[in-house]
Amino acid sequence: MSSTEPSASPSPQHPASVAAQPAGADEPRTAGASPAGAASGGGDMLLQIRNLKVHFPIRKGVLFDKEVGSVKAVDGINLDVPRGKTFGLVGESGCGKSTLGRAVLRLVEPTDGEVLFDGVDLATLQGEDLRTMRRRMQMVFQDPMASLNPRQSVETIITEPLRAHGISYDKEKRVREILSLVGLPAAAARRFPHEFSGGQRQRIGIARAVALEPELVIADEPVSALDVSIQAQVLNLLEELQERLGLTYLVIAHDLAVVRHVSDEVAVMYLGGIVEQASSDSLYEQPMHPYTISLMSAVPVPDPLVEDQRQRILLSGDLPSPANPPPGCRFHTRCPYRQEARCDDERPALRELRPGHTVACHYAEEILAGTIKPRSGEEVLASAAD
Amino acid sequence: MSEDIVQGPGLRTQDDARPAHPGSDDSLLSVQDLRVVFTRRGEKSTVAVDEVSFDIRRGEHLGLVGESGSGKSVTSLAIMGLLPARGAEVSGKAVFDGEDLLAASSRRMREVRGRDIAMVFQDPMTSLNPVVTIGTQISEVIRSHRQVDKNEARERAVDLLGRVSIPDPGRRLKEYPHQLSGGMRQRVLIAIALANEPRLLIADEPTTALDVTIQAQILEILKAVVVETGSALIMITHDLGVVAGLCDTVHVMYQGRVVESAARRPLFATPRHPYTGGLLASVPRLDTPRGGKLLPIPGSPTDVLPWAQGCAFVPRCPNSIDVCSQHPPALEPEGDRSLRCYNPLDDPPVRGATDGLPQHSRTTTAASSLDGRDESPSFDRKQP
Repeated sequence: MSSTEPSASPSPQHPASVAAQPAGADEPRTAGASPAGAASGGGDMLLQIRNLKVHFPIRKGVLFDKEVGSVKAVDGINLDVPRGKTFGLVGESGCGKSTLGRAVLRLVEPTDGEVLFDGVDLATLQGEDLRTMRRRMQMVFQDPMASLNPRQSVETIITEPLRAHGISYDKEKRVREILSLVGLPAAAARRFPHEFSGGQRQRIGIARAVALEPELVIADEPVSALDVSIQAQVLNLLEELQERLGLTYLVIAHDLAVVRHVSDEVAVMYLGGIVEQASSDSLYEQPMHPYTISLMSAVPVPDPLVEDQRQRILLSGDLPSPANPPPGCRFHTRCPYRQEARCDDERPALRELRPGHTVACHYAEEILAGTIKPRSGEEVLASAAD
Repeated sequence: MSEDIVQGPGLRTQDDARPAHPGSDDSLLSVQDLRVVFTRRGEKSTVAVDEVSFDIRRGEHLGLVGESGSGKSVTSLAIMGLLPARGAEVSGKAVFDGEDLLAASSRRMREVRGRDIAMVFQDPMTSLNPVVTIGTQISEVIRSHRQVDKNEARERAVDLLGRVSIPDPGRRLKEYPHQLSGGMRQRVLIAIALANEPRLLIADEPTTALDVTIQAQILEILKAVVVETGSALIMITHDLGVVAGLCDTVHVMYQGRVVESAARRPLFATPRHPYTGGLLASVPRLDTPRGGKLLPIPGSPTDVLPWAQGCAFVPRCPNSIDVCSQHPPALEPEGDRSLRCYNPLDDPPVRGATDGLPQHSRTTTAASSLDGRDESPSFDRKQP
């Protein structure tokens, strides 16, 4: 995906905004997203996350609500999402990637840390300021059947965000524009979500997200609920919309192949922290963290020739509980390259091993050089059975 | 007890685990013209599965691939006799070891299920009983098919859990399904399925609900146990990647019928049916260069032509010609595979996968050239 417009202002090229918006509608937007606002601090980075933590308290007791611990869903994450680019976040279920996405929009309150959107710390915003800010960031959810109100017509679904933000619009025209933007016929406006197929429903979900002409779209597993033959349609649509509207994406997914396809920059999450981050090409060409390496070796490739020759690096066991994460490197309990002592005791920091490629592993260089060998699949399975 | 599982009866060796020749003598299960129609009073009946025929030999791994609604799960449920007696009309034959399972009494099927044929379902949380311990659920299966006492069954259960790489099996026996993780539950299901050394194991999307690293574990375990016990395996999945690494023969289903079946190498190297080719071209892959657009299959699986009128894939097919919507195509042998298509893909649509494989005779139907469709959209992905 390529960046089209570095500017954050509502560009005249915005096809959906050309004719449809009366002067009044532009007003709140220019207040928040004027070029001046863009220059105010965000610079090239639309979204900056600084040491973000989201901890969910575990409570016990009926009368005395005692806090006995916390689930550290997101535990100290730093991210920079460049304007007009796609940032991919991969990880297995339970690694905190969805929580991170929600914390960015303040759908869950962060425990600690900063989320800078266009240079403004979202945590400090309240009430009306937060509401106007939210206009500029929207979300696409995983399951379109669950995230669209079954009793609302498509027209109502799409225009609801406009109404909620008090934007006046020419209903028929605007709806038609948005629908054509996501590749749905104008006749879809009067119909209800259940009348559509999965892929079309996801298009409605995307239409709702882009109706406000946001700058940032957070897509949480946008294709995982769809049939294989439909996934490509939705991925292509997301790409097209980015080109036409200059959107910035934060794509959260568990499918490495999907994330690689759409993203410019990718971060791999494990148990609330980022273990590796690099440009998409660099990461997939030369994964350096043992977790990324094994994650990639685990993805089945639809080619028997590749599959037969592949050396799988199996991980033992399951994801540890984020309520009680292992000490030292979070990954050491499953790591096929684990070394005594250091991995168990010392939590590795992210280190920049190559320009733009950061890894949180003590032994990344040695693993890359091949001086540390992984345990074989049989060993891993055998050790798990003991 | 344990040697039993490791060695199994002499018949189950790996030597004959290579691609099947339909109708050959050593076929373990032979499905012929399977048809399942769901009827409901006051509603039009639905043909869920039609004209499905395949053979599976001892020790063979067979893949049934298709999207949701393609009839792959219904096929397996029909073979197992698990479809409701009312509302589902099953016809055809499923000959297992000389016996037609579709004609067998429900009492007889109860004996066969779990002992000769076992099944692993997709969602382990809904297929395990939440209020019964793992140990009881495993020994129940053993004791319902064999005369063994409780202790023996328990020992056997411990052994089975160990074989599917569950740590500390003795302790796990006393646990309930909710105490286990998703991957662990799926392993318990595999252990239950293997409890009586079935000769045929049917796995219905066994890894779809799991993370990739866990999926890799489960596939590795599944592969190891079916090879050890010499069971045949029917793998039902929508994931072409899973099939590529596991199955000897692959049947691709669309809207209830098999549209292409072949040994896995030729199938992936040169998919001929536009649907197979489309599926392969529409998934992003880790082993190919990044960039370039994906080529989705247009439309959705609900855009279909009834098979009675023509090919169900016509509304989404880039290769369709006039005859496609006039007569339904038949599944016919063509070279190294069977194909249900009038105008199959000519060019190997997937990049760089042809090395060392026989090229196919390029058949261009007269109709396609008349149609000016010579440069018909192949599914080559544009290279950046």
